[in-house]
Amino acid sequence: MTETATALALTGIWKRFPGVIANSNVNLSVDAGSVHAIVGENGAGKSTLMKILYGMQKPDEGTITVAGVQTQFNSPSEAINLGIGMVHQHFMLAENFTVLENIILGNEPKRGVSLDLMGARTRLSELATKYSLQVPFDEYVSELGVGDRQRIEILKVLYRGARILILDEPTAVLVPQEVDELFAALRDLTAEGITIIFISHKLDEVLAIADQITVMRAGTTVASVNPKQQTVTASELAELMVGSELPKPDTSENTVTDKVVLRVADLAVVNAGGKHVVDDVSFRIHSGEILGIAGIEGNGQAEIVDALLGIVAATGEIEFLETNIATWTTRKRREHGIAVIPEDRTRQGLLLEAPLWENRMLGHQTELPNARGALLNPAGAKKDTLRIVREFDVRTPNIEVHASALSGGNQQKLIVGREMSGNPKFLIASHPTRGVDVGAQAAIWEHLRTARAAGLAVLLISADLDELIGLSDSIAVLLRGKIVTTVDPQTVTPAVLGSAMTGAGA
Amino acid sequence: MKKRVLPRALLLLSGGLLLLSITRMLSGANDLTSTGTMSAAFGLAVPIGLAGLGGLWSERAGVANIGLEGMMILGTFGAGWAGWQYGAWVGLVTAVIFGALGGLLFGVATVTFGVDQIVAGTAINILGLGLTQFLAKLLFTTAPGGGATQSPLIFGELPTFTVNAIASPLTKIQKQNWFLISDISGLISGLFYQLSILTVLAVALFGFTKWVLWNTAFGLRLRSAGENPWAAESLGVRVNLYKYLAVTISGALAGLAGAYLAIVATGVYRGGQTAGRGFIGLATMIFGNWRPGGTAVGAAIFGYIDTLQLRDDANIRGLVLFGTLLLVVIAVLLLKSGRRNSGLAFMIFGIVMGSAFLSANSFPPEVAQVAPYLTTLIVLATAAQRLRPPSADGIPYRKGETH
Amino acid sequence: MDYLKRLGNSLLAPLLALGLALAVTSIILVAFGSDVVMVFQQMWGYGSQASSIALILNLATTYYLSAVAVAIGFKMNLFNIGVNGQYLLGGMAAAAVAGHLSLPSYLAIPITIFVAIVVAGAWAGIAGWLKVSRGVSEVISTIMLNFIALGVISYTIIRTHVGEDISVNVRGTRTIPKSGWMPGFKLANSDTEVYGFIFVALLVGIGYWFVLNRTRFGYDLRASGMSPSAALASGVDSKKMIAVTMLISGGIAGLVALPDLLGSSHTYTLNFPTGFGFTGIAIALIGRNNPLGIAFGALLWAFLDVSSQQLDLVGVPQEIVTILQGVTVLAVVIAYEIVRRNKVKAQQRDVGLALANQEVGA
Repeated sequence: MTETATALALTGIWKRFPGVIANSNVNLSVDAGSVHAIVGENGAGKSTLMKILYGMQKPDEGTITVAGVQTQFNSPSEAINLGIGMVHQHFMLAENFTVLENIILGNEPKRGVSLDLMGARTRLSELATKYSLQVPFDEYVSELGVGDRQRIEILKVLYRGARILILDEPTAVLVPQEVDELFAALRDLTAEGITIIFISHKLDEVLAIADQITVMRAGTTVASVNPKQQTVTASELAELMVGSELPKPDTSENTVTDKVVLRVADLAVVNAGGKHVVDDVSFRIHSGEILGIAGIEGNGQAEIVDALLGIVAATGEIEFLETNIATWTTRKRREHGIAVIPEDRTRQGLLLEAPLWENRMLGHQTELPNARGALLNPAGAKKDTLRIVREFDVRTPNIEVHASALSGGNQQKLIVGREMSGNPKFLIASHPTRGVDVGAQAAIWEHLRTARAAGLAVLLISADLDELIGLSDSIAVLLRGKIVTTVDPQTVTPAVLGSAMTGAGA
Repeated sequence: MKKRVLPRALLLLSGGLLLLSITRMLSGANDLTSTGTMSAAFGLAVPIGLAGLGGLWSERAGVANIGLEGMMILGTFGAGWAGWQYGAWVGLVTAVIFGALGGLLFGVATVTFGVDQIVAGTAINILGLGLTQFLAKLLFTTAPGGGATQSPLIFGELPTFTVNAIASPLTKIQKQNWFLISDISGLISGLFYQLSILTVLAVALFGFTKWVLWNTAFGLRLRSAGENPWAAESLGVRVNLYKYLAVTISGALAGLAGAYLAIVATGVYRGGQTAGRGFIGLATMIFGNWRPGGTAVGAAIFGYIDTLQLRDDANIRGLVLFGTLLLVVIAVLLLKSGRRNSGLAFMIFGIVMGSAFLSANSFPPEVAQVAPYLTTLIVLATAAQRLRPPSADGIPYRKGETH
Repeated sequence: MDYLKRLGNSLLAPLLALGLALAVTSIILVAFGSDVVMVFQQMWGYGSQASSIALILNLATTYYLSAVAVAIGFKMNLFNIGVNGQYLLGGMAAAAVAGHLSLPSYLAIPITIFVAIVVAGAWAGIAGWLKVSRGVSEVISTIMLNFIALGVISYTIIRTHVGEDISVNVRGTRTIPKSGWMPGFKLANSDTEVYGFIFVALLVGIGYWFVLNRTRFGYDLRASGMSPSAALASGVDSKKMIAVTMLISGGIAGLVALPDLLGSSHTYTLNFPTGFGFTGIAIALIGRNNPLGIAFGALLWAFLDVSSQQLDLVGVPQEIVTILQGVTVLAVVIAYEIVRRNKVKAQQRDVGLALANQEVGA
């Protein structure tokens, strides 16, 4: 058997940002004509590595070798000149352009002054046939489904001569049948000598398609396995991803009562592409209970929150304190005691150009202490803001500064403090300690525990396993919009949790 | 797919012509489709259409340009100021340059400094008005034949010609007042009667625009700036450069529209002569679904309505009848397609207009005066649903920021 | 200290812009051979006389109301360019009604004001309804409504019995009886009276500040303008907000005609000054939608307009101030954009410094 060439190799890659080491000592060796998967959780350093690979970032230390030659590249254009092409998770397509126009943009074939559309069509047909990536060239992208769009993105880089393709979470938006089509296309590509780097967290899929798998955790590469040569189970991979030690759960007393605060049945949300991003989800949360939702981001968590708030259309039953609230407006839901710590604080949780005390009122502008009747109560709001700043350790010189001036962590602390004030009955906490330092994180957890003991019901969505296991009374695992299993944080093992989150199967 | 819009606009045009013919027979207002009226209609369609074309160039690159009115005013001034001293052709070129400068200034504010596009457009309108008012007073008061708000007569004219071979026989047919045949003859002969060279230029520009934007790499990249500038940037397109070029061209076209108003339509610069045509131009662009063909048809329709102000009473009466019939037709179509509320609303409007027609012998000139603007509103209100503006139109873009 | 600094920062941009505008204007004056210093001296000299001050205050009152009407829309990212049509229509309707009233002042004046607000508000409401129900951009619809309003007014005055012959060649609404006039007051030794309506304008300004900053509705409005997504998550009904805001904006626009109408002209004729709407937009932009900033802008604009009336007498077209005004507007919006971008960075730096100092001291 001939020795397989190395298409791409990374040695000793380091990348630092202010305050955080994103990649430390990353080593990667990708064989030509193979599918090489990089797996890891959120925050494992995959996205930084990917940016380095396609030229968006430069590594601080380390070497990159392409086809045996050590190189450097400073931009995506330089990377593509070396044959490395990026297929983004969030497609970069112009809806009102045809497929053809999207692919040739920036590299247009010309005949004199005009566009040589015929020539482009011929060239692209050849490519499409060679790699089995059929797309309708003259359709507007807006008419096309996700599978076609992905094929367009792949053709975009192939058209520019890429021999190494990097796919970022390519199956995140695909339904199972489309995943099969994609994998068939990938096999055809590798048969023609194209190298594929496949970044994912879905282990079942990775095991189906990859020739080699590199596992990342906490910014570094921890293992590299070859599933075609040695049997490796998904659970083993999951353990490598997640770490063999899980945080110790909190063993204090159980405060769960019998009173059902929120009952959700057959909740479903369909996105613009027709995909069920939330697929028949049902759960119950009692007073004094924290229900944790585990799962890699993008599996339906954000849409569940939007549905509960009434921001997005949903079908199914939502009962809050035994009243059907499915038809209630967002304001009514919030006024009746539903609080939310949003996932994207700058988009949904703050008014960046307003002072802190006005931000304290956001979401609660119709209630005390912020308002009395139709009038606002700035004095009350300011006083309460000072209290929140004190109790939740928001680092700021005063409460008149704009929210945009605070660091992300302090913004988050303000939001947490705001939402936990005013005696909510039900709290949706979406990544509540994201960006918060360890000391403050512990303090927020304590606030949550105290509130729970007093009867608060909490839906906790988080990617931080410490947080989930430490706070939840029960954890539901969300994958592709469905709850695949419910586990007990006291007894769950890393293998089981990791497998469920990544779809590796029990 | 791409050819969807033009047939739709032509269909509307033919339907409109049919309705117009019926109106004429019923009301006896034979001037509605006469050669003279049609010729004037095409004439007034030119400034509106050029403004719409200017808006199209800008919005296709993602910049909403409501400063067209100000740029057009700069154009009328440039034409008047250079025109009375050096002749019509110099006036024409000056108008285009002045308009382009306005566009460039607009580009600096929006593309480089990121000022909100509507705010910047409004500022350009204010500045354009102020600048021209000042300069007019300064320069024209002491000039022979001029005044504080009006330039002296523009010296010389741009050539106009009549293709008698076509216009003569068709005009004879038109004067026979036969149903539909005369109307179509009037329409065609009007096109060839007293045709200004600027009109020919305008038509050529429409065709040129279509070719450039849809058949060249330059056009593709410009349009990509308006559809998905982040995708374009990722493929190496210099988005901001294209935006700049687009708004400058936009200003130049608005300036050209101003040149038409000053040189061809009136022969002088006069304060207030743009009369909101910059905004009506934007409406034709929306009506035309941001495509040159549709914009041209829209301009023709608005130009026609604009003309009726200049015609006499009988025409206005005819116009009201036309409006009634049109509203009824739209109402029937809406009801048939199941949109009961809108259909009912239009039916009611139609009945109101119909009663007005039946009860009055003559209509005040204000009816014709507001007709273009009212039509714009109605068109926008009905067409809003099926439009396809460029995806990133009006959205601020900064190089390098992630989407 | 911090407050002063912030005040300084917020004045910096308009002052810079004004400086730039003065420079540009001076260049133009020099280019056309005028004596710059003399021009400004003339303007100041005329403008600071008592009678001029009265005129300035009167004009500023009108400008202020117009700018507040526009600013309310701006705060919600709604562009009400239709203030012109709204105030003319509201003014005509109010004048027509007032002409037929023979009630005592304390009844006649409020009724007149009420009519102006309702009619102008409804006119703006058309644009609001079109936006909410059909998605029509309020920019174009309000502009179209401006022109339509002119036609409606022209028709009403000339061709219906609402208009009467006021004097030779002038038709207008029936002259308002003395009981419907708003009394003014004299400043120092000038003959010109200052409109009593200035107090209404002050109330409107206070009301504007109060509603925006002290009521739930105002909070919802500002939040919608700052971050529609955050406002939505906080429970704001965006369609309702748009409709109500347009109505209020139009309603205030209706007041714009009243200072002149109730204070001096007492009839609405076709010569009624048009164009206050665009001035309002300019001033709202300069004053950054802030009640004090708008007041400053209105006074400045009025000063320029009044004091420049002298300039024709010395051979400089008084329209030089329109250039000054136009350049100021453009310069201000650009300057503010620059300042805004730097402000965020500056604030973050300040916060970092302050916290570091705190920790050092702690």
